Amino acid sequence: MSTVEVQHVAKTFIDHLPVLQVVIPLISAPLIVFIGNRKLAWLLAMAASATAFVMACLLLAQVKDGSYISYHIGGWAPPLGIEYRIDALNALVLMLISGIGTIVLPYAYNSVNAEIPKRHHTLFYALYMLCLTGLLGMVSTGDAFNVFVFLEISSLSTYVLVAMGAGKDTRALTAAYDYLIMGTIGATFFVIGLGLLYMATGTLNMADIADRIAEQGTNRTVQAAFAFIVVGMGLKAAMYPLHHWLPNAYTYAPSAVTAFLAATATKAAIYVLLRFMFSVFNPGFHFEDWTLYLIFIPFSLLAMFAASFVAVFQSDLKRMLAFSSIAQIGYMLIGIAMLNATGLSASIVHMVNHGITKATLFLGVGAMVMYSKTSFFDNLNGLGRKMPFTGAAMVAAGLSLIGIPGTAGFISKWVLVQAAFENGWWFIAVAIMLSSLLAVVYVWRMFEVLYLTAPDEGCTATDPPLPMLIPMLILAGACIWFGFDTELTLGSARVAAEGLLAGSAGMAH
Amino acid sequence: MFDVIPTAFIFFAAAAILLTLPKGPARGLLLLITPIIAALQVWNAGFGNFAQVGFFGFELELMRLDGLSRIFTMVFCLAAFLGNLYAWHVRDTVQQIAALLYAGSAIGAVLAGDMITLFFYWEGTAIASVFLIWARRTEGAYNTGMRYLIIQVASGVVLIAGVALFYREAGTIAFDRMTLESPGTWLIFLSFGVKCAFPLLHNWLQDSYPAATVTGTVILSAFTTKLAVYALARGFAGTEILIYIGTVMTLFPIFFAEIENDLRRVLAYSLNNQLGFMVVGIGIGTEMALNGTASHAFAHILYKALLFMSVGAVLFRTGTSKASELGGLYRTMPKTAIFCLVGAASISAFPLFSGFVTKSLTLTAVAEEHRIIIWLCLVFASAGVLSHSGIKIPFFAFFAHDSGKRPKEAPTHMLWAMGITAFLCIAIGVYPAPLYAILPYEVSDAHPYTMGHVTGQLQLLLFALLAFAFLYRKGIHPPEIRAVNIDTDWTYRKAGPAVLYWLSWVVSSCYNWIVGILARTTQRTIKRLYNSHGPEGRMARNWPTGAMVMAIAVLLGATLLVNFLI
Repeated sequence: MSTVEVQHVAKTFIDHLPVLQVVIPLISAPLIVFIGNRKLAWLLAMAASATAFVMACLLLAQVKDGSYISYHIGGWAPPLGIEYRIDALNALVLMLISGIGTIVLPYAYNSVNAEIPKRHHTLFYALYMLCLTGLLGMVSTGDAFNVFVFLEISSLSTYVLVAMGAGKDTRALTAAYDYLIMGTIGATFFVIGLGLLYMATGTLNMADIADRIAEQGTNRTVQAAFAFIVVGMGLKAAMYPLHHWLPNAYTYAPSAVTAFLAATATKAAIYVLLRFMFSVFNPGFHFEDWTLYLIFIPFSLLAMFAASFVAVFQSDLKRMLAFSSIAQIGYMLIGIAMLNATGLSASIVHMVNHGITKATLFLGVGAMVMYSKTSFFDNLNGLGRKMPFTGAAMVAAGLSLIGIPGTAGFISKWVLVQAAFENGWWFIAVAIMLSSLLAVVYVWRMFEVLYLTAPDEGCTATDPPLPMLIPMLILAGACIWFGFDTELTLGSARVAAEGLLAGSAGMAH
Repeated sequence: MFDVIPTAFIFFAAAAILLTLPKGPARGLLLLITPIIAALQVWNAGFGNFAQVGFFGFELELMRLDGLSRIFTMVFCLAAFLGNLYAWHVRDTVQQIAALLYAGSAIGAVLAGDMITLFFYWEGTAIASVFLIWARRTEGAYNTGMRYLIIQVASGVVLIAGVALFYREAGTIAFDRMTLESPGTWLIFLSFGVKCAFPLLHNWLQDSYPAATVTGTVILSAFTTKLAVYALARGFAGTEILIYIGTVMTLFPIFFAEIENDLRRVLAYSLNNQLGFMVVGIGIGTEMALNGTASHAFAHILYKALLFMSVGAVLFRTGTSKASELGGLYRTMPKTAIFCLVGAASISAFPLFSGFVTKSLTLTAVAEEHRIIIWLCLVFASAGVLSHSGIKIPFFAFFAHDSGKRPKEAPTHMLWAMGITAFLCIAIGVYPAPLYAILPYEVSDAHPYTMGHVTGQLQLLLFALLAFAFLYRKGIHPPEIRAVNIDTDWTYRKAGPAVLYWLSWVVSSCYNWIVGILARTTQRTIKRLYNSHGPEGRMARNWPTGAMVMAIAVLLGATLLVNFLI
């Protein structure tokens, strides 16, 4: 695949989409700070992210046939100039990120009012947009160093966003601090890896690096670079056992931030992993295969079980969901490690499906926390009955998290199990099913608390206002919708997986 | 895509419409009309595959009508109609919706032409039906329902695992005859077996059916197990092992049914025993045997429903279905008593009742294969049926010792439901030709009323009756109600009560021992897991930043090692 190059002479508006969808949120951030009005800030953020979302959809429509768009920033031709390269894989991830970013914003307006001191509101929106910019940039760029720059933009803004949860619970500060230390180390590893690659190849354009490695073969420097990049990005993706920053960050961040991050941040990191593993390096290298077999598979299995067990025993719903995320990351990484088209499509489609599912759940918890103040199970008794629509959305998403047929989660697990069978890895297939059973247990615990226990006496909880409710219901609807109509998600994922397995398209100037 | 709307969707649509209607007769009417519409649709559709839909690169067949699926669909529609009529008085939305979804899923499963569709509906029946148990809204019903749900859902999970394996082996998901030779087909077989209540997999049935609501049990008794019978007939006809499984199924519930006091549980055991006859028929697998199975399923759904209805009516009026607390109700519930007797006569296969004409097909099929031992076992089981369902149920509920209870006659709609069912039981027995006409295979020479059949059956039945009368008269008429029960029980099994008790003691202590070990091990494992993975466990604790950094360093080291050494 990826053979048809769309000759790019950026003259029309459409031609500029790859960069515009990053630049518009980027510019909106300082504008928000200058304007300084809370309502206008929200409006601007909403407009910018909605624009980015529409652009991502347009991009996906262009590349869904397996072609790619190469955009030269400022007209400077790569490898000297910075190149943005959009194919089915990153267009799909872009759509997920900007889509979630947009849909969380209406929810954020009320939720932020309740959780963050007023004087920080404009800053919140500015940082939110910066974080969005960083994630979008990371995913769309074809330049290795550019990835690092955007990674830092998104990470730095994320640390602050997490710390803003301090108004509700001061533990957000330590969570943000830990995340800061770990995230910085991860980013440093990544940039060390890039440095090593630069040393070995003398270029920073991904496709160019790929060409040179393919020409000159591997050496210790390239291998070390690979290790650093994988571990560095593994940390950002919360790969087991580098996940320890995640539970606290998700638990104590403001609700809207948690929903946004859970659906997008780790997914962007996994995208970068995929991009480097398949488009820059490629599975033709033995060291890469063995890293996948000896590092990814054992740790992914560990994640699937250990994190799920932790989730089973948690007493705090947000924390439980956070640990479940770690387990789900295990599914995505194990799909990559299967090294076949089906496994890769499973990983990619699970990124999207799990993103939607988790966002719904975190939005739901957030709405309940507005009433109960904490997300401990004991404080959520019977709230599903008191908040019927929120509860219904969470049930739909919970079923999707387990992977019940008819929900999005089923699709990804089904494809993943198929991929395991394709390789003849029975053991893995059985492990996937067994760990799904653990998901049944912890999701059931949530249902039990929300529906089968009696609400506190004098409980006045009701469904949140519509701007919060509608995003939840849309996402819950998506959980079901993508369980039946897989054309968009699985279809794009298959194209993307084939593109990845075809290796780098190289510098086809 | 769809030539006709899949029948199951009619039920689902009705469930949606039901929500918009006010509680009361409007809903009741909808519940009655839906199965009629469905039955008409199926009847007029003819044979063929009518609805395909693409799913993931698979072609799903939502509507496969042939002889076998049609008769099961028809009887499911009939059962849904009768069950809903019986439940006319129910005003509980949950039960009404559950009944519709349950019937719809069961019919959808019967009409499924591939095993993925089958799986969806298979789980659908499990999930919909559990609400009929939960609808009782007691702690016990909740726990029972949970056990039921776990087993039913597990059977679906086993099914989909089997289907996945089967697909890899055979490259098809079509739901047709399979042979038991690979892990995939064994898993599918096992999953059917769970739903069909094979021996040792049967406990969910006796556990859950008596726990459902009065009307819920009637509806439950019709679908789940017969769906499994259909699935076995479709997938595993002629599989030798089924003959033995079926024979054991006909025999072992007899003893349990004899000693059971709760009449609804007695019926649940006898349900199991009846399934055995059908399973034997499937195991034989000849056209005549499959006809026997299909017709037996048809008749069985009716008379079993009738018996559950009559006992349900008693429960509805008196609040109990325990044999020791009932008796003498014929004085005030004469119609219910008569209907119960019709059901009892049918299940006991009296000539001129439905059981006779259908069971004789199976028995003849067995005889034609010259399986004399199996045949004798089935004849013995037939006598057992007579004693525990044919006599015990009506006798202890309506006659026997007067309990002093004077309940009102059952409500009119229940009488109608029972009356129609009773009429059908007799009609089939007297004039079986219409039933024979819709059987999956042509009935070559169906003469249920041959001299041999009639006299043989009458001998069996009359001697069993005689024995019962003799033994009951011989016992001194005790003043206490419970004593009648025990006394009769004792005379019944004069031959070997001690052996039975000893056996049950051995079995139950082995069982308890194993369950105890399992329970303790599970508890210990969970405790250990809690210690390590619980909120304060080392897996879930917040790590100090240094430890986190250590983890990343170690992982980097490991990755570098892998990269450099390989």
